[in-house]
Parts: sequence; C-alpha cells; structure tokens
Amino acid sequence: MEALTSGMPFLVFLIIGTIAVAASILVVAMRNPVHSALFLLLTFLCVAVLFVLKAAEFVAAVQVLVYAGGIMVLFLFVVMLINVRSLPEERVMSAFWKGGLAVGLGLFILFAGVVRPGVYHEPKGNERDLRTQTTYRMRKVRNADGTVTERRVGRSRVVGNSEAIGMVLYRDYLVPFEVASLFLLVAMIGAIVIGKRELLAEEEESTPQFILDRAEKEKEVKEVVNGR
Amino acid sequence: MTSGDIVFLVPEIILTIGACALLVFPVLGKRAAAQSAKWMMIGLLAITAIAVIVSSHTVTDFAQSRLFATMFAVDSFSVFFKLIFIAAVAMVTLMSEDYFRDSRYSPWEYYSLLAFALCGMLFMASGIHLISIYVGLELMSLSSYILAGYYKSEQKSTEAAMKYFVLGTVSSAILLYGMSLIYGVCGSLNLIAIDRAMSTLITNDALMLGILLLAAGLCFKIAAAPFHVWTPDVYEGAPTPITAFLSTASKAAAIAIFARIFYVGLQHFQLDWSFVLATVAALSMIVGNLAAITQDNIKRMLAYSSIGHAGYLLLGIISMSEMGMRGVLVYTVVYLAATLGIWAAVLMLQQHEYAGEQVEDFQGLHTRSPFWAFAMVMFLLSLGGIPPTAGFIGKYYLFAAAIQSGFGWLAIIAVLMSAVSMFYYLRIVVAMYLREGKDAQVSTAGSLRFVGAACLAITLFFGILPTPLIRQVETSARWVAARAVAVPNAGR
Repeated sequence: MEALTSGMPFLVFLIIGTIAVAASILVVAMRNPVHSALFLLLTFLCVAVLFVLKAAEFVAAVQVLVYAGGIMVLFLFVVMLINVRSLPEERVMSAFWKGGLAVGLGLFILFAGVVRPGVYHEPKGNERDLRTQTTYRMRKVRNADGTVTERRVGRSRVVGNSEAIGMVLYRDYLVPFEVASLFLLVAMIGAIVIGKRELLAEEEESTPQFILDRAEKEKEVKEVVNGR
Repeated sequence: MTSGDIVFLVPEIILTIGACALLVFPVLGKRAAAQSAKWMMIGLLAITAIAVIVSSHTVTDFAQSRLFATMFAVDSFSVFFKLIFIAAVAMVTLMSEDYFRDSRYSPWEYYSLLAFALCGMLFMASGIHLISIYVGLELMSLSSYILAGYYKSEQKSTEAAMKYFVLGTVSSAILLYGMSLIYGVCGSLNLIAIDRAMSTLITNDALMLGILLLAAGLCFKIAAAPFHVWTPDVYEGAPTPITAFLSTASKAAAIAIFARIFYVGLQHFQLDWSFVLATVAALSMIVGNLAAITQDNIKRMLAYSSIGHAGYLLLGIISMSEMGMRGVLVYTVVYLAATLGIWAAVLMLQQHEYAGEQVEDFQGLHTRSPFWAFAMVMFLLSLGGIPPTAGFIGKYYLFAAAIQSGFGWLAIIAVLMSAVSMFYYLRIVVAMYLREGKDAQVSTAGSLRFVGAACLAITLFFGILPTPLIRQVETSARWVAARAVAVPNAGR
C-alpha cells in the first residue's frame, strides 16, 4: 500500500505532464483560434496541478485565477471580437523545419545532459525551513562591560505558503518586483504607441468631425460594394 | 534592508515619476510644443544626475552601499556609469528635437520611453543580483524595441523593431536560462554569493553551460560577433537618434553589467570563459571591421564599426585586471563621445531632406561647414585610436591590459583591425575634404551644434589631458576589480 501511495505523485506528474505538453502542442497546431485558446486553458490548468504537486499551493491558485481566469477571458474576448472562425489553410511547418528540428534536438540533448543529480546546489534544510521567516527588531542589549548598544535581534517562526511568498516578494525582492511593474507599464505604453492612429495636428484637434467623416466614407464604400 | 536605504534609490524614483509625468503632461494642458517636451526631459535628466551625485555622497563605506537584501550597490563603479548614461541620453534628447518639428509623431511618449529606458539602465549599473540586473536589462530592452519602431509608417523602422524584438527576446531567454543554471549550481543569484559558492566548486557541465549561455545573451546585447546579425538592420531602420541611443547608451549599459557579472561573480572560472570570450572578441573585431569596408550607407557602416568596438571592449573584460577594467571605463567614455558626435553630424545632414545616410552625402562638407568637417575628422580619428584624440588613451589601456594578461595574439589582431578600420573612416574624411560637394544646406540647429561641440570638447580634452578621466576611472575600477583575482598568463 505504501509503495502505491509513494509512487502516486510521480504517476500524477507523468499523466498531467503528458497532457500539458500535448495540449501546448495542440495550441499551435489548431486552425480554429477558439480551439487553440481552450487548449491553452487546459495547459494552464495542468501547470497549476504541477505546482500543487510541488507544494506551491499559492502559485497554483494564482495560476488558475490570473491565467485561467483573467488572461484566458481576454484571449477569448479578442478572438470573438475580431470574429475569426478559422485561419486560412497554409503550411504549418516552415521551409526550415528540418534545420529547426536538428537544432532543437541538439539543444535538448545538451540541456538534458547537464540535468543530473549531484550537480546542483542542495537546498539547505527541509521544506519546513523554507517556510520559516525571521523578523528582525532593534533591541537594546547590555554588553559585558556595562555599555548598552542597539542590536538587531531576529525571531524565527513558521509561516504559511502565501505568507512566505509575500515576505520574499515584498521584502527581499521588493525593488525588482517594482521594476517589473514598470516593465508592464512600458509594455502598455508601447502597445498604445504602436496601435494608435497617426493623426495630423489639425486632425487631432477636430477628432469628432474626423471620425464622422470616416464613418460616412466607409458607409459610401459599403453602398458602392453592395450596389455592385 | 532598512527604510534609510530608500535614499539610494532616489534617482531612479525621480526618473520614474518624471517619465510618468511626461506621459500625463500633454493630456492635462493645451497642446504643448515639442520644444517644451525636450526641455522637460533635459530638466528631468539634470535633476536625476544631481540626485545620483548627492545619494552617492551619503555612502560612507562598502557595507552600507549594498542595499535591499544585497540587490543593489551604490558604489563608485555604478555612479560612474549612471552619470555616463544620463549624459548620453541627454545628448540623444538634444539630437531628437528636430525630428519632431513637423512630424506626426508625439514627442511626449518618445521622451517618456527614453526616460524609462534610462531608468532600466540605472538599475543595471547598480545591480549586483542577477534578478535586479535582469529586470533592469528588460526594462531597457523593451523601451528600445518600441523606440526602434517609433516611426511606424516607415516600413524600415517597423522592420527594425520587429527584428530587434524577436531576436532580443530570444537572447533574453538564453540569458535567463544561463542565470537559472548558475542559480541551480550555486544556490544564489547574488553575485558575491555566487562568487563565494564558486570558490569551492570544481568545474562541472551545468555551470559551464550556464556561463556560456549567460555570455551568449550578453554578447547579443553588446552586439559582439557571432550574435551581431541584428545590428546593421536595426541601426539602419531605427530613427537616427534612436540608433545613436542604441549604439552608445544601450551598449554601454550592457558592457557595465557584462563587466560586473564577470569580474565579481564568475572570476573563479576565468580560465574557462576567457578563451571563449577571446574568440568572440577576435571574431567581432575581424567581422565588424572587414564588413564595414564594403558599406556605403553610413548607418550600416557605423553598425559594423560598433560591432568591432564591442570586440575592443571585450579585451578589457577578458584580461580580468584592474588595468583592463580601467580600459573598459575609459573606452566607454571615449567611444560614446565620438559616436554621439558622428550621429549628430549624420542628423545635421538629414535635416534638409539631404539624406546624410550615404558616404557621398558628406562630399565637400568642409566648404559648407568647416566646424562639422573638423569635428567629424576628430571623431573618426578617435574611433580609429589615433594619438591626439581620446580614442588613443582608451585603446592603449585595453591593448596593454590584454598583453599583460597574456593575450598578446588578441592585441595583435586588435591593432591590425584598428588599422583596417582607419581605411573606411578615412573614406569619409576624403569625401569631406577632397571631393566636390553637392550644393545642399547644412542645418544650423543650435542643439545639434551643441552636441557636436560637447563631444568634440570631450574627445580633444581627454586626448590631450587624460589625467582627470584616468584619476576618476582608477577609483571606479578599483571597486569592481579589487574583488577580482587576476590569473596571470591565462591566454597561453
């Protein structure tokens, strides 16, 4: 019985991992964008399960909420907004697929070769230690010679998964975390800069009229097309 | 981390607030002129520079200068590079003005993105933790991708942005993979902790692969030879002020993290990586300088020339000594001054629908503008490393450092390729002085002339009187190189 339960996580990993890889291949292979999006959703969910297997419940929850929840809704929304039923039939593989496959396989063998037990740094302690957080406080300490100095005194306690992540993210990695938010801001600015219509100075000042004109023009074009 | 550490991040915070203000400003008020965007940007850069200097003066000792769980270092090295970046971006700002005079593109987002890129560079300069270095690098790169495609109605600009983006993200992924392998082996991402972990390690495959991937990613960012293919296309297609930005400030930032990572973090494996980097340096110098000979387009020619200069800069990193570090710092200043000056000259010719992109566009420049012709000669001589200019000092340090560390063969290649580079630099000089020119106007834009004059002053001043620069560089180099143990005769 014990042999069975100890093998379980590995079995689950094999099954879920296989589904994740297969689903991610299907994401790019599907011709219908809605199908691709749904397979992407499946991939996200499988990855969430893998996180649970590694005892990272918080990351798993975030994975489901943010990716499966937020980002997938956006994807589906855009796919339905632009109303693409199916992509035109064309070659799925590029002309260089043989070279690409060779390079990919070579890299895979190279990378797989270096993943060996014993090469990597052993994490010190067990999982419990990873969730131990030390909080520091300044405390007055009397020295042997009678002088009083302030010293940093640490106290350790075991915290939960999300609390541990919170401590690492908002204390040790606070600044990189904030820079990452700047990065997202720049990405947003870039999307607007690239996506925005170029307006001449006078156009920009009379935007409402300009939009009306364009709408009218489009209507005329449609009528002409329909007339034929 | 204590709350007092925030003092050291004040320059970055000011810059971020300023970058956001640049975005919001035109929305708040009436349509503001491009002129005011430029002056706001210059003001912002000036305040940031003052903040960098002031915050650096509050550092009293080495231990205090390492902040936020040893994410950042405010030391002489980072301050030196931060001031260089701010100065270079200020020059780019001054150059960009005329590009927006009657353009449909808004200057506000442009300057804001430039400020965000600078912010990333400041984080890169002071990062001593691979995570903080990486986020800084990505902030800079993403802003650069957008800026390269800022002229979106021009096909070339869009193409440049697309190529830069795809190749840049792939190289970032490679860099990240290298970092993750190093983390796996060393158990930390902090450069000093990595160094400590490595001092007890013997060579292993995973670590070697990690270092190789890290080096490959960084070589892409500085445009060194086997990873250089994006450079000519991106430099040609991007708006010229952005090309100036990419070939100077952006490259200097990548060199700064390159030096910091390899000097502080990976010094114990110098014997393993120095030969790989030596090959890359040799290839860069040969490919860059030979390919530049065949180019008629100035932007492409300078792109190939900048590949060659990346090779020279690598000499300083390979030699792994205080001398080499000084060489890197001096050469960065020298290279930036000369290159920014040349770009200002190219822009000056571009003003009056006079392309300025072909070598023949420079024909007869000395009759139309003796100042620019003289300045161009000085910049080109400086890039070639000819004595009265500052380029000589930079190359002297780099080549001497390479010879000291036993890379004599590399120094020989470097000298030979410098001679080759004079061939295509002199082509421009010949065009300017000996050929009859077209009857075209030369821009008299004040800010361009200012950039040209400032770069000329730096190039000549440090060429004739290098002592102030060298003294500054000595203290800056010591911060980083003091931790590095030079392995004599590594190249043999």
